[in-house]
Amino acid sequence: MQIIVNQNPRDIRSETLGEALTELGFTSTAIATAINGRFIPRDARADVILAEGDRLEVLAPMQGG
Amino acid sequence: MQLYGTEISSRLLLGTAQYPSPAILTQAIEASGCEIVTVSLRRETADGSGAGFWDVLRATGKHILPNTAGCHSVAEAVTTAHMAREIFGTRWIKLEIIGHADNLAPDVFALVEAARVLSEDGFQVFPYTTDDLVVGEKLLTAGCEVLMPWGAPIGSGQGLRTPDALRAMRAHFPETLLIVDAGIGRPSDAVQAMELGMDAVLLNTAVAKAGDPVGMARAMSLALDAGRAGRRADPMEPRDMAVPSTPVLGLAELG
Repeated sequence: MQIIVNQNPRDIRSETLGEALTELGFTSTAIATAINGRFIPRDARADVILAEGDRLEVLAPMQGG
Repeated sequence: MQLYGTEISSRLLLGTAQYPSPAILTQAIEASGCEIVTVSLRRETADGSGAGFWDVLRATGKHILPNTAGCHSVAEAVTTAHMAREIFGTRWIKLEIIGHADNLAPDVFALVEAARVLSEDGFQVFPYTTDDLVVGEKLLTAGCEVLMPWGAPIGSGQGLRTPDALRAMRAHFPETLLIVDAGIGRPSDAVQAMELGMDAVLLNTAVAKAGDPVGMARAMSLALDAGRAGRRADPMEPRDMAVPSTPVLGLAELG
C-alpha cells in the first residue's frame, strides 16, 4: 500500500507501524512517530495497523532555539 | 531559581541552532555556563541524522528544553510536545505557537489553550508569549509557572523593544519566573533584562551568529551576572539636572 512518509509517498509491504519503520530504514531509537497528526507512543507502534494514504511523520532531535 | 522544582543557578538558557559547527556549539554551551539548552524536532531522514546531534547534546549533560517551534495550531503543538516528551524523556516543553509569518509573534489564543491541554496532561510548560498582562494571567491559570515574554521578534537581535511592558510584568507577577525569550542581540540587552528584574534570558542567534560564538557566550554570561547584581544593588533613579558629585564644601575661591 502507499502511505505518505514525511510528506513523500512511499510504497510499503508492512502492515503495522512498527514493521513499516524498519522497512523504511528508521532504525534510530531517537525518533518519535505520529500518524495523521496523532502521536503514536513507541510501545504502541507494533499494534498500529496502517491504512492506505496514512500520513506518517517521523521526527528526530534537531538544533533549536 | 526553581524551574518546576528543578534548582537552576545559571540565568542563561541557550539555543542550539545556527552554530558554525557542532564543536563550536559544544564550546559555546560550556563557555556560557548555562544549565539548560533548547532543542527542536524535525523530520528524520532514514540515515538517522538526528541521532548524531542528540548524542553531541546529551554528552554536555545539560537539562534539555524541547520546543514546539514551527507549530501554528494547538493540535500541532500538542502532538509535537508528546513526541518531544518521548524522545527527550522530559516533561518540560517550550511552547511556541506562531501566529504571524512576518514577525513570528506568538498566537496567544492558541498558546493559552495548548498550555491548558498540556498542563493537564502533566507537562511543565514554558510559554513563549508577549508582554501582555492579560495573556500572562491566563497562562498562569492554565497551569504555567513560568512566563517567557519576547523582547523583540525572534532572531532580530533588536534588544528589548518594550522595556516598560517588561517592567510592568515584573510588578504584576512578582512571584512568577519571567524569562525573556527572543530578541536579545547584545550583552547590553541581557544586562537591561536583568536590571528590569527578569529572572533569566533565553537566547540563541545572538551567540550563534556572533563573529566569535564562544566569546559571546561568555560575554552573555557575564552580562547576566552584572545585570542581576546591579538589580540587587538597587540602582539610583535618574535625575533631570546635574548634581555635583564632588563636594562643594570647602571649595577654594580662585577666580
